[in-house]
Amino acid sequence: MSSDRDSGEFLLNEMERDALTEVINIGVSRAAKNLSRMVKDQVHLSVPRTEIMSRDQAVGWLSRRENSSLVAVGQDFRGSFSGQALLIFPEKTSLELVRSILDDTLSLDEIVDLEQEALAEIGNVVLNGCLVVMANMLKQALNMSLPRVMRGSSQVVLLGTDRNDPGEMVLFLTIGFAMRSRSINGYIALLMDLPSLTAIKALIREYLKGFEEI
Amino acid sequence: MIVDDSKLARMVVKNILAKTRAEWQIVEAAGAQEALDLLKTEAVDIALIDFNMPDHDGLWLASELRAANTDMPIAILSANAQDAILARARELDVGFVEKPLSEEALTAFLSGAALKLRRAAK
Repeated sequence: MSSDRDSGEFLLNEMERDALTEVINIGVSRAAKNLSRMVKDQVHLSVPRTEIMSRDQAVGWLSRRENSSLVAVGQDFRGSFSGQALLIFPEKTSLELVRSILDDTLSLDEIVDLEQEALAEIGNVVLNGCLVVMANMLKQALNMSLPRVMRGSSQVVLLGTDRNDPGEMVLFLTIGFAMRSRSINGYIALLMDLPSLTAIKALIREYLKGFEEI
Repeated sequence: MIVDDSKLARMVVKNILAKTRAEWQIVEAAGAQEALDLLKTEAVDIALIDFNMPDHDGLWLASELRAANTDMPIAILSANAQDAILARARELDVGFVEKPLSEEALTAFLSGAALKLRRAAK
């Protein structure tokens, strides 16, 4: 994967990568605050990692960590940079996550009935929270699609049905999250294609101009 | 002392300090351990610490600093303003300034910190 790393460094220098990671980190941290209020539990976040890799390699990365079936809520964003934001977690914890935001008095049948809708809402709050901060900090308007819920392998979750080319190089950013008291864990992931990365590189340079080295 | 694994985040803080507290000397660390090492050679009056960092988080560092100095003004700078994190910061008598940082919010903390230091010096 050294060649991928090289291409990443070619596209984003160290300071630009630092800035992009920090902007997304602020967005995800804000999103974690929203999620924490919804589930009434502390949400622990890992340090973000950013890499340039093919969509196929991203699938490999995720399947090495989560080999069970997954649930993901995805939202596309479009603007001067475009991509896909995903909230991903093991399917076996999906009902527990849904239960955590719903009324305790609901029966299992009622929770199952509401699962799809509740997952979309959780995804909407988390992903929108993250993308809005990113859009505002970089002073860009982003259009966001409605959240959609996907179930299946890491391939289904990251490649979608058939529209994404597995060989395409993308920026793949992931942050792990965990709610320890409920044994729920998962990932917030962001995928952006390389033309978007070129656009974001210019925006980050603009953003950095305000904070020239002192 | 500014502690953040992101160089950009440190630059944002330095930028605000340059405008509002130009006479202050600034030292930087990219992580908790680096900050503790720095304290062996530098006398630090105020600590501004990121929360989400590799190895040890900002509250871990804040608790280490608090154990060594009960009066040092310390603030966590983070967008992760979860109730549990705010509560832990309060327990440690540590301030919390939300990211993205505004000059107004950071200045409010710094004014209080400067006042506390002036009183302690009397």
